[in-house]
Amino acid sequence: MTSFRMDGGTLIDRDDVREFSFNGEKLRGFGGDTVASALLANGRQLVGRSFKYHRPRGILTAGAAEPNALLTIGRDGRRDPNTRATMAELFDGLEARSQNCWPNVDFDIGAMNGLLGPLLGAGFYYKTFMWPAAFWEKVYEPLIRKAAGLGRASYDPDPGYYEKCWAHCDVLVIGSGPAGLAAALTAGRAGARVIIADEGAQLGGGMLAEGSMIGGKPADAVLADMVGELHAMPNVEIKKRTTVFGAYDDQVFAAVERVQKHLAETAINPNRAMERLWRIVAKQVILATGAEERPIVFGGNDRPGVMTAGAMRTYLNAFGVAPGKRVALFANNNQAYQTALDLEASGIEVAAIIDPRKCPDIDYDGKARLIAGAMVRDTAGRKVIKSIAVRHDDGRDEVIAVDALAVSGGYSPIVHLACHRGAKPVWSDEHVGFLPPENCDGMVPAGAVAGNAGIASCFVAGAKAAVSVLGVLGLTGEPASLPGLEQVDDIAQGTVAIWSVPPSKGKAFVDYQNDVTAGDINLAMREGYDHVELAKRYTTNGMATDQGKTSNVNAIGILAQNKGVSPGEIGTTTFRPFYTPVSFGALVGASKGFEFQPVRKSPLHGWAARNGAKFVETGLWYRSSWFPKDGETFWRDSVDREVRNVRENVGICDVSTLGKIEIFGADAAEFLNRVYCNAFLKLPVGKARYGIMLREDGLVYDDGTTSCLAENHYFMTTTTALAAGVLTHLEFCAQVLWPELDVRLASATDQWAQMAVAGPKARDVLAKIIDDDISNEAFPFLAAREVSMFGGRLTGRLFRISFSGELAYEIAVPAGYGESVADAIMVAGKEFDIAPYGTEALGVMRIEKGHVTHAEINGTVTPADLGMGRMVSVTKDDFIGRVMNRREGLLDPMRPALVGIKPKSPEDKFATGSHILKVGDEVSLANDQGYVTSMCYSPSLGHAIGLALVKGGPERYGEEVVIWNGLAGTSITGILCNPAFVDPENEKLHA
Amino acid sequence: MSSLVKCPHCGSRPREEFTVRGEVATPRPVAGADESIWFDHVYLRDNPRGQHREYWHHSGGCRRWLVLDRNTVTHETSNVVDASTLKAEGRA
Ligand SMILES: [Zn+2]
Repeated sequence: MTSFRMDGGTLIDRDDVREFSFNGEKLRGFGGDTVASALLANGRQLVGRSFKYHRPRGILTAGAAEPNALLTIGRDGRRDPNTRATMAELFDGLEARSQNCWPNVDFDIGAMNGLLGPLLGAGFYYKTFMWPAAFWEKVYEPLIRKAAGLGRASYDPDPGYYEKCWAHCDVLVIGSGPAGLAAALTAGRAGARVIIADEGAQLGGGMLAEGSMIGGKPADAVLADMVGELHAMPNVEIKKRTTVFGAYDDQVFAAVERVQKHLAETAINPNRAMERLWRIVAKQVILATGAEERPIVFGGNDRPGVMTAGAMRTYLNAFGVAPGKRVALFANNNQAYQTALDLEASGIEVAAIIDPRKCPDIDYDGKARLIAGAMVRDTAGRKVIKSIAVRHDDGRDEVIAVDALAVSGGYSPIVHLACHRGAKPVWSDEHVGFLPPENCDGMVPAGAVAGNAGIASCFVAGAKAAVSVLGVLGLTGEPASLPGLEQVDDIAQGTVAIWSVPPSKGKAFVDYQNDVTAGDINLAMREGYDHVELAKRYTTNGMATDQGKTSNVNAIGILAQNKGVSPGEIGTTTFRPFYTPVSFGALVGASKGFEFQPVRKSPLHGWAARNGAKFVETGLWYRSSWFPKDGETFWRDSVDREVRNVRENVGICDVSTLGKIEIFGADAAEFLNRVYCNAFLKLPVGKARYGIMLREDGLVYDDGTTSCLAENHYFMTTTTALAAGVLTHLEFCAQVLWPELDVRLASATDQWAQMAVAGPKARDVLAKIIDDDISNEAFPFLAAREVSMFGGRLTGRLFRISFSGELAYEIAVPAGYGESVADAIMVAGKEFDIAPYGTEALGVMRIEKGHVTHAEINGTVTPADLGMGRMVSVTKDDFIGRVMNRREGLLDPMRPALVGIKPKSPEDKFATGSHILKVGDEVSLANDQGYVTSMCYSPSLGHAIGLALVKGGPERYGEEVVIWNGLAGTSITGILCNPAFVDPENEKLHA
Repeated sequence: MSSLVKCPHCGSRPREEFTVRGEVATPRPVAGADESIWFDHVYLRDNPRGQHREYWHHSGGCRRWLVLDRNTVTHETSNVVDASTLKAEGRA
């Protein structure tokens, strides 16, 4: 295919040719490729431009830590910006584009930023653009945002489906390299419920890059055997493409599974999640996350063609991709030499091995020239590497022509998950890296993350870790073994710390993704930002989307070197979830669009819809707000008609959303007596009573009616808004305050369809469908009891209560009968001109009647403030709020209290929220007399009316005041009055 | 914050199922208790660093009120009991 694709490659399937595009150019790869391996196979070493300086960048790693090769993959709603090419699996038709380059990745105008380098150094945010201030907003920021940056998110909705799940297991194994596989095999064979999760497309981790033989068998065959055994065990769950990205309290781990992200659009099953967010509850955890190979900080270390040694080995062995034709290796440890051996075994020339160690203790039997005690100081080449400048031990410089450079600065254990809950990793001079904390809080690290080196030793460590956690679980297991492997000790790495090489002309990058150089870190130190957390923020090292996976330890090393202390003394910055970026789609899950939150529909929703209701969202509920008739174009046309029809004829309104609570028990009456401020102990069977609940601080919490349906059986209604709150409050009272009372509570809000039938003809209508006698004598105001309906075919609950102030009933029937009963009432009421009315008309009528809602019950009022002070019992021993309700400040007669308010000139209007002032007073907070809590146009009176909380209100009926609206800039003259605008004598109620 | 809370009735359940009310304050005073005792009950709250005895409601589960210790430093929760047991101990 290309000269870069070699023979071999354990992960790719050469019969599965896949076409993809890169910046519009059609290229080919194979099944099993990542985008990165396919690009390299096509000779594309330059894949993007860097964040600040727009430098050409290539592919540095072969895994999750990739800082450079971030591409935008897909288009429209499926466009994923900032996708690591090293993690993205190649599918047929994949479209990938470089980011942060204009007009294109090969010729990028922003590269001139390189010339502005001195302005963009450490702390540039704080320094360069300080003055003049207006320049920041208008000039610098837009420029920088345009020049610097990552991919852009799509504005189109993601058509994919996402979901969230829980999983539970005995042993969670994180990572499936040799340690993870050994642990999963050991625990699985012992019968434990195991989940093994790995971020890769295949299990194997570091074993996937292993080209050599294991115990006389090819490494990939050994791996296949182990994976096959795991698959066959019903108690083992394998989660591939699953990144465990967070460790949380109580052994809960968050993971994201990329279920279909690797599939071509045509292969995506729309009924399957694109990604799944898992929360995994694990009794025991084995952390087998491996180690990250560090780059070395030298001039020009970011030139495309420079790659970590391990990555190069992965591309060679797993993907059959040659990194170049003439390669050099720059490494400070023994393990990296394996890359040179594998390259040579594949017939690639290794031009030189540059090893800063003077006498590396290594059995290297390859052909490459070994230059000990030397360092690569710089690289050259325009868009890809052409040569390296080597500084020999004796100070001599040598330029070596290469087309790729493998780099290895040692290994950083991937300790993130062990530190997410606050523990700090521990520096190890021996390993030249930070190891997991001593106490990993229920996690057992094994393998490279714990400092083990070599497949055999990692495998043995994993098996041993599993045996130890099995013991904690009360299970016994034999450690899995790897046949034919004798050497089980750690391979001696011989790593010698090398944090930076002597400066050269080229920029030496520490953080590739944020373009932070060794110079920046030195500058931060000189300017006093030498604490690791300060240096991080001042230079932005480690703050990019890769969170410094390849850069943090090098930055710490440079700080330590300059201060002459151990990296352990510098310490790390704080590790926080997420380990790698997680899509918003996964975090949002199914909660989007219509599914963003539940929809609550009344049992009468269908009836209301059939009658043309306009619905309004109140919390989760959809309530019918008005019912326009033909010719009504403005909402108030309908509302005014509905009000007039109730006052003159009869209307029907859905009140099912009111909270409904069934209360049972021998002490139910005593309980109610304690939760309401007014008396309930002697409420007789068959009666309803209006009740006010206080909070313990003496202010009103909620109001509603409670009816006694039978001995020890009560039915409470609450306001719609506080249905859940009141139930919770009652449960607290019943369970915590008075557990000795025999009382049981059950929410019945959704079990009953409840409708108000109100108006002078309400009784005439209901008498047609209710079998019982509902005359005023037999069923007076506040009567409440079960009634037989439709000739005995249905039993309902009838309450003679009224929010509108009219002769009114509320009839409750089992929810499933709601619509039929409402229809039947409409039919029965036709001769009386019945019409449905909505919450708007309901609101108008309650203001006309002076009834309060939560517009008035706003958490600052007492019953007295609402004109109901006499309801508060003075004889009861105890009820919630009794003592605090009598505090001096709450008894002040000049407290704001409920009044009605109307304009002096009937044509004047005013708004809710307007403030009340004495006539002639200056507008000031000191002169404020109160404010309008509710207002409406009253069809019954023909002008605007309102309710207000006004200082000393009830004493001031008849007073002229100013209704001041600061927002609208208007003020009118109003008159304070009795809040009961309609039927203050309650004659209609009792009709 | 604990990711899982051990409800004595339902077992280990995700914390999203619970609603926190706040500190277990002084017991609710008896009728006729001095006003100052009421003030303490209604308003006086500690803000300790460390163990904090709190009311939690298993609102998305068994709907029982629970009492537990939450460590305000580590967010660990422990000693979860049904809150109805407090009254008998004179603590509610
Ligand atoms: Zn529970």
